[in-house]
Formats: sequence, structure tokens, C-alpha cells
Amino acid sequence: MTEALQRFGYAGVGAILFGVLFWGALLIVAPMLLMVDLAFRPYLPNPKDVGGPLDVYTIQNFAKVFLDPLNVWVFWKTIYASILVTVVSLLIGYPLSYILVRAGRSAWIGILMIGLLIPFWVNEILRTFAWQLLLARYGFINTVLMGLGLIDDPIQFTNTDFGVQVGLVYAYILFMIFPLYSTMESLDPNQVDAARDLGAPFWRIHWDIVVPHSKPGIASGCIVTFMLSAGSYVVPELLGGTRSIWFTKLIYLQFDAINWNLGSAYGFTLVSLCLVFILLVMAMFRVSLKDIAR
Amino acid sequence: MTSTVLVSADAASRPWLTSDQVMRISVGVYLTAFFLYMFLPLVYMMLVTFNDSRIPTLTPWKGFTLRWFQEMWADERMWNSVIKSFIIGFWVIVLSVPLGLAGALFMTRMRVLGQSFVYAVLVSPVLMPGIIIGLSTLVFWDTQFRIGGRWELSVLGQTSFIAAYCMLIFMARLTRFDRTLEEAALDLGATPFQAFRTIMVPYMRPAILSASVLAFLQSFENFNTTLFTIGNDITLTMFIAGKIRAGTTPALNALAFVMVAFTIAAGIVYEILRRREAARTEARARAARQAELAAEAGAG
Repeated sequence: MTEALQRFGYAGVGAILFGVLFWGALLIVAPMLLMVDLAFRPYLPNPKDVGGPLDVYTIQNFAKVFLDPLNVWVFWKTIYASILVTVVSLLIGYPLSYILVRAGRSAWIGILMIGLLIPFWVNEILRTFAWQLLLARYGFINTVLMGLGLIDDPIQFTNTDFGVQVGLVYAYILFMIFPLYSTMESLDPNQVDAARDLGAPFWRIHWDIVVPHSKPGIASGCIVTFMLSAGSYVVPELLGGTRSIWFTKLIYLQFDAINWNLGSAYGFTLVSLCLVFILLVMAMFRVSLKDIAR
Repeated sequence: MTSTVLVSADAASRPWLTSDQVMRISVGVYLTAFFLYMFLPLVYMMLVTFNDSRIPTLTPWKGFTLRWFQEMWADERMWNSVIKSFIIGFWVIVLSVPLGLAGALFMTRMRVLGQSFVYAVLVSPVLMPGIIIGLSTLVFWDTQFRIGGRWELSVLGQTSFIAAYCMLIFMARLTRFDRTLEEAALDLGATPFQAFRTIMVPYMRPAILSASVLAFLQSFENFNTTLFTIGNDITLTMFIAGKIRAGTTPALNALAFVMVAFTIAAGIVYEILRRREAARTEARARAARQAELAAEAGAG
């Protein structure tokens, strides 16, 4: 600390500490604690009751979340679909990242990377809008399928869970690919070549060398993809419509109805879900938070 | 892997393919399929703009038009939302860059008890669903300070996680910082503020620039956090979402066309700059090698 005082002076150290305190306490911790606090208090429509004898800690909001079968169904569906999206993204993203890393020295790599970055930079809403146009009742995909004579009537893609899942994979797959790519890039290619020269089949090369090496990338890709899917609002809103409700929509509906306490309980549930998922993935891949947040 | 695979279609002229060729072809097919998957939706969305139809679709084709660009251009609500997004983005830069720098200096230049806990707190918003950040920001400022949903609140909500990205950028740059420069300045009688301004700030300038660009882009495209905090104000993403929900004309595709075109242009500029930088590094390395050889020759 004396060292820092010498470098920055009292004013400098004061400014740094003030910044960290303002950011950490006022923008992160306090709002989060207040959300948890609200989640465990009853909704009191009359503002005069807030802080009064009726304002006690209770789990009635969580009871409301989990006793409503529709809510429970939406909750499980969100988990199931987010895991599905994560797995599909991994299955598509893993070979792609590996190909890109192996092509690392070719002249193509710059163009391929730009080809990944451009869709990544395009706004999430616009990317989802593009899929809405493709999947629409008389959109591109149905028109092509009908033109080829494969189907007689248009298939209903939008307003279904399937449509939402397709949109989620498209929206978030690049969040899987970039961490995968960056861990695979640090793998010494000689290891792979040596294994191949010694006669290892390609699945052994991956299972014994590439996968263990890219574990942190797989773990952080899975975590980010899952969290973005489970926490997505835009994709289910635009592709699921009123027929395929997502857990985030339930949160928003409570806030629209000004029941912030119940809304906070929903929010807290989502945060807990994500936390459980992170811990599970970290245990599964035996990686620490430090490996992931690099 | 010396096995070979029979290709039935072309059996007479070229009956055998080596496994290497099979690998190469399947890699090509895979890459082509993936990039078609990435770009086809965007290209389709852009082409729809030119169809003279009130519904955003390419089929049936009703003739070429540019009127959707005109309609988009004349939309006053869109322009207002763009302005609001720019204002929010500006303030997010103003807050996130100093906060991120403070966090990075705190992490790299101080020794305090509980430092790693503070780090975990500061990066936690990156691993938090955006709508949770939005709703916790809203309930906190509304119940404690009676500041309800409005664009200023979106600035605070977005800053809470964008500052973390800035901090990570600054920390990466600070690990290579040469502290003796600062020590020299202080020994020669500079005040801490002068040393900071004349040594730290110039050194951090590239990182400050990229953190600002990243902060602005993150803010500009943010939806989830903004949704809860924005109140009755409208940003560009809110405007687009509202349009889509209400069932839009291809005027929205015109907007999408412009935005994707900007992104592609930015991508090309980025690649050109990257190549120029790579070429410069290469040239410098070559010059250094030659100098080394010349020196060796001279010594020998």
C-alpha cells in the first residue's frame, strides 16, 4: 500500500479506491443484494405497507414460482433447451475450431476469421430477425421446400420451440467457437503430428490430446452459451412469440405487472440456475474459474 | 492412416481417393456449409430490402425498388432512437473507461487484503444474464433513490458489466508496463499526477482507445439490460424490437442492410490494418535479423 501511495499519491489512491467502491458496491453488489431482499419479501401494493408489520421475510414468492405447473414447465424447458443449444453448438463448433487452428498458417485464415467476426458483430436482434424471415410461414425455407416438392403445406417453424432453438444456436454459437479456438491455438501442433506418425487414429488424437488440452475453452464456451441461451429474451420473443414462452419472459411479465417482488424471485431463480450450471461444468471438466475467465 | 476410400460415382476415371484427399474435401465441405449457414440469413435479410412488397420476403418477387431505404431514412422515430443510443454509448464510455482503469490499477498495482474477492465481484457481471443486471439496477435505483426507468439508468446498468471488459483490456496491457519509467519520473521530481499523465496515460492510450470502441459497441447493441432500465425512452435496439413485434415492412430490412454493410466495412478495415501490422512486424524482425548477421560478420 505504501508503494502505491508513493506512485499515485493520496489523491490517486483515493480516486482508484473510490472508483472500485462506486463500481463494485453501488453498481454490482447493492443492486444484487436488493434483488435478493425483494425476492424474499411479499408484494405489497400499497406503498405505505412497505417497511411496516406486513413486510416480513417469506418464501411465498418462490412458492408461487414453483407451485404453478406452467412456470415449472417453462423452467424445465428453458434448462432443457439451453443444454440442447449448448451441446449442438459444441458439436458444430469443435470441428470448426479445430479446422481453423490447423489451417492457422494458410493465407485463408485471415479471411475465415473475418468471416466469423462479421456475423458476431451484427446485432443479436437483426440476426434473429433474419431467421424470422427465413422461418416464416411463407419464408425462404418453406418456399424452397415447397418448390422442391418435398412438402405440400408450409411447416410451422416460428412460434415453436424448434424455431427458438434454431435461432439460439445461430445467435450464440460464436461464443462457443472463440474460446474453443483460442485454447486449441495454444496446442503444440507437433503433439498431434507425433501422435499421427505413431499411428493413432483421429479419434484417439482428439480424445487423448486435443480435448484434454482445450478443456478450459470447452468449459467456458459451454458456460457462456448456456447462460446466453437461458438468459435470452430477444430470440424467444421474436421466434417463439406467444406460443413458446421462455423463463426470461416470465420475469419480464412480472415487472410489467409491477410485482417486483415476484419478478425478483424469478430473477433470483435464474441466477441460481446459472450458478449451479457453472459449478457443474467446472466440476465436470475439473477446471477452476481462473482457467475460464482468461 | 493409409486406408483408401472408393468413390462410386467416378469409378472409371479416378477410382481411388487417398484418405488425405477425403479429409481435405470434407474439411472444404464443412467450412463451406458453416459459412453459408453464417451468411445466408444475413444476405437474405439484405436482399429482401429491394423487393417491392409490403411484407419482408423475397418470394414472390414484385420488382426492384429502393423505396424502403427512403422510408427508413424519413423515419423520425428511428433517428431519435439512434441519437439516444449514441448518447447512452457516450456516457457508458465516460463511466466505463475510468472505472475499468481504476479496477485494473487496483488489481495490478496495489496489495490489499481480499483483492481476489474484489476481482471476482468486479468480473461477476460478465457471467450474469443481462436481464438480471437490468432488473437489479432498476429495483435498486428506483426503491432507494426514486430514480425510475430512463436512459440514465441504462447507462448505469450497462456500465456495471462493460467496465469489466475495459478492466480486462487494461490489465492485459498493464502486465507489460515498465515501472522503472514511472520511478524515474518520480525520482526526477514529478508529482504523482504528472507521472500518471505523462507516462501512464500515453502508454495506455491504445488500450483506452480499444476499450472505448468496445464499450460503445457493447452499449449500442445491448438489449437485455436496456429492456428493464430504459423506461419510456427508446434506443435503436428497442426500436428494432418494437418494429419486429408489430410486424414490419421491409423498411426495417433497409436499416438492417445499412447496419450489416457497416459491419462488413469495419471487418475489411480491421483485416487490412491487421495485415499491415503483421507486415510491419515481419519487416522489423527481418531488419533485426540482418543487423544481427551483419554484426556477427563484423565481429568475426
